[in-house]
Amino acid sequence: MSHELLQIIWFILIAVLWMGFFFLEGFDFGVGMLLPFLGKNDTERRSIINTIGPHWDGNEVWLLTAGGATFAAFPHWYATLFSGFYLALFLLLVGLIIRGVGFEFRSKDKNPRWRSLWDWCIFAGCALPALILGVAFANLVKGVPINADMMYTGNFFTLLNPYGLIGGLTLMAVFLFHGINFLNLKLTGDLLERSRVLAPKVWVVSFVFLSSLLITTLLITDGYAKHGTVVTILPLIAWAGLLLAGFLLRQKREGWSFALTGISVLLIPVIYFQIMFPRVMVSSTNPKFSLTISNASSSAYTLNLMSIVALIFVPLVLGYQIWSYWVFRKRLDTDPEKLHY
Amino acid sequence: MDPVILSRWQFATTIIYHFFFVPLTLGLGLFVAIMQTIYLRTGNETYHRMTKFWGKLFVINYAMGVVTGIVQEFQFGMNWSEYSRYVGDIFGAPLAIEALLAFFLESTFLGIWIFGEGKLPKWIHLASIWMVALGSNLSAFFILVANGFMQHPVGYVINNATNRAELIDFYALVSNPKSLLFFWHTISSGIVTAALFILGISSWHLLRKQADQFFKRSFALAAILGVVGVASVGLAGHSQGQEMRIYQPMKLAALEGLWESEQPASFSLLTIGDLSGKKEIWSLRIPYVMSFLACNNFSCGLQGVDDLQAQYQQEFGPGDYIPLMVITYWSFRLMVGAGLVMLVVMFYALLLLWKKWPEKWMKWLKWMPFVIGLPLLANSTGWLLTESGRQPWIVEGLLRVEEGVSPNLTSGMIWFSLIGFVALYSVLIFADIYLLAKFARLDPDTEIKGSDDFAPSISGSGK
Repeated sequence: MSHELLQIIWFILIAVLWMGFFFLEGFDFGVGMLLPFLGKNDTERRSIINTIGPHWDGNEVWLLTAGGATFAAFPHWYATLFSGFYLALFLLLVGLIIRGVGFEFRSKDKNPRWRSLWDWCIFAGCALPALILGVAFANLVKGVPINADMMYTGNFFTLLNPYGLIGGLTLMAVFLFHGINFLNLKLTGDLLERSRVLAPKVWVVSFVFLSSLLITTLLITDGYAKHGTVVTILPLIAWAGLLLAGFLLRQKREGWSFALTGISVLLIPVIYFQIMFPRVMVSSTNPKFSLTISNASSSAYTLNLMSIVALIFVPLVLGYQIWSYWVFRKRLDTDPEKLHY
Repeated sequence: MDPVILSRWQFATTIIYHFFFVPLTLGLGLFVAIMQTIYLRTGNETYHRMTKFWGKLFVINYAMGVVTGIVQEFQFGMNWSEYSRYVGDIFGAPLAIEALLAFFLESTFLGIWIFGEGKLPKWIHLASIWMVALGSNLSAFFILVANGFMQHPVGYVINNATNRAELIDFYALVSNPKSLLFFWHTISSGIVTAALFILGISSWHLLRKQADQFFKRSFALAAILGVVGVASVGLAGHSQGQEMRIYQPMKLAALEGLWESEQPASFSLLTIGDLSGKKEIWSLRIPYVMSFLACNNFSCGLQGVDDLQAQYQQEFGPGDYIPLMVITYWSFRLMVGAGLVMLVVMFYALLLLWKKWPEKWMKWLKWMPFVIGLPLLANSTGWLLTESGRQPWIVEGLLRVEEGVSPNLTSGMIWFSLIGFVALYSVLIFADIYLLAKFARLDPDTEIKGSDDFAPSISGSGK
């Protein structure tokens, strides 16, 4: 295959990895953010955690794989992005650390203060990464100061512009709704009732944020100028998906609500990637300094090699991850006697 | 302070911390898988409870290994962006493959294993812990392929158009002798780490006459695999010495404190350097031994640090090519010393088994919990030697450490993250040790079922 084609394939493949991450870890993050508010007592909180208990760790790997794939396929993208967004990524790491440890540690001691501490760590460890990833993606697309040597010349606060913040808050809100949809499918009893009551309120927030993100994205980025009306199609579908999810939720069609929200969640990275293409990081200093799939990529040899590896193993991973959801497909039994700690 | 120094401190701190947990994950996963296999084949309930008891400790340790591992994947880009640009074409591939092949496997199947008991056929539940063990050991392989390239770059060319190293031979990369020896050494030390962990905790219980059968069986399994592991670590290390003579002679000379070339080469029992760590003041040496360690005979010659320095200056231009000898020299001795003590401990454990637990030898068991720390010391000092012996290179002969650092980072930014990591990691180690100690002290005969944390795993079996 030609080098150009391989670069396009890897651009798409990295988008696919982000789609997997947004869809799967999206509801994990949502569930984690809801944990201290929805769970009134210890049994309830443990039940909420158990809905994602078998899955969160495997879901997180989509992020690591997206990072690793970026390193392998577009080393300059990895280098500029990770060094440029240094402090943001440090905070993201702190979030992921306290979240992961929180899931494993919180139930291993009976002390209520111990448990409450880790529950808040899980909350922060879900909210913070969602916020930061949202801010980061919005800035990737909007453009950040990058000089002729592919070096990021801004600082941490450069990222905290209004559009970046809309991107971050939207991701939090959408993940929150994605998470509560997931809970509606997994919980039982009182907890389910409360989750059902809360869901429409969360929907309103996520819908308002997603609408504003989609509009500002089309207004602020150069996507429309570069690609024309075609860039409006996916935002419209994402918007309609979430809108429809809200209506279906009110009709107690919770499976459908989850699926349609899932489509919107899956489309968010695709929308960003479509606008960026063929760039991977937009330079606001000078469009010529932008990183693109051709100036940031690995050699044809490495891309070929990685394509073979991906062709074999991505379907395999998808296979056993889907199987793991099938194994744990049933609603959670919230009987304290039967709860897994 | 210089951003290069700070980035080095951060990387060293976070990776040493990460590697406290990794070897135990590698080894203990195997032990738990073996215990569960024995349970399934014999139906012996003791092995079922052993699986649960050691599995719980495995999970606590595993969590720490995973979360501190994420940091490592990010740091190449965060702090070492120029390094990532220069070798990303090569170095990125094993990292991505590691995530795709290994991380997905271990993480997904660990979730299935923890929550799947009673929901899955027993043999699938067993297969899932084997997948976890396979995944974590596979991940060790790929990260060691990546590290092997830094020590002994193979399978690449320098592309002058892109101004970086590019991969041309993947097979050469994964069959790098450096990486294969690292892998052998690391997997074996994982088994030793887990074996001593099990021996130490089992001894604590045996002294208290708690769950006698349970801990005698655990002890036996750990002693038998552990002695194989120690022997294997030693053999791997011996092979590494010979390979180092060819590929990294400076590291070999530096770990020996060998200033002048020698034939045959002597082994230093004790060398004292000056405060700069770069000059010898006094040394006590045994003749011939180093020749044996490096070449398997008593006559081969070894190049000394001074000769190599002169040679490298000719080859790479002016500069200091001598690693910090205080670190290489003492970390090597601590590692080997800890290894020798472990060997003695293993033989004591085997002797106890062979003689069927004679009462007069049981009193020594009280020292066994302390040996849990020995492999941690050896693991850390071993890597300290490997990585500091590579200095001043980030990739041996290709790129220097200071050329690899991210140019946009200020000292302030790195101070912020460094202090942040140190503070967070310090708090977490307390929580981790607290939990490990708590669960290690439970009496599996009486307390497992009573403890809330050992509730039967039948979650999600509702409606």
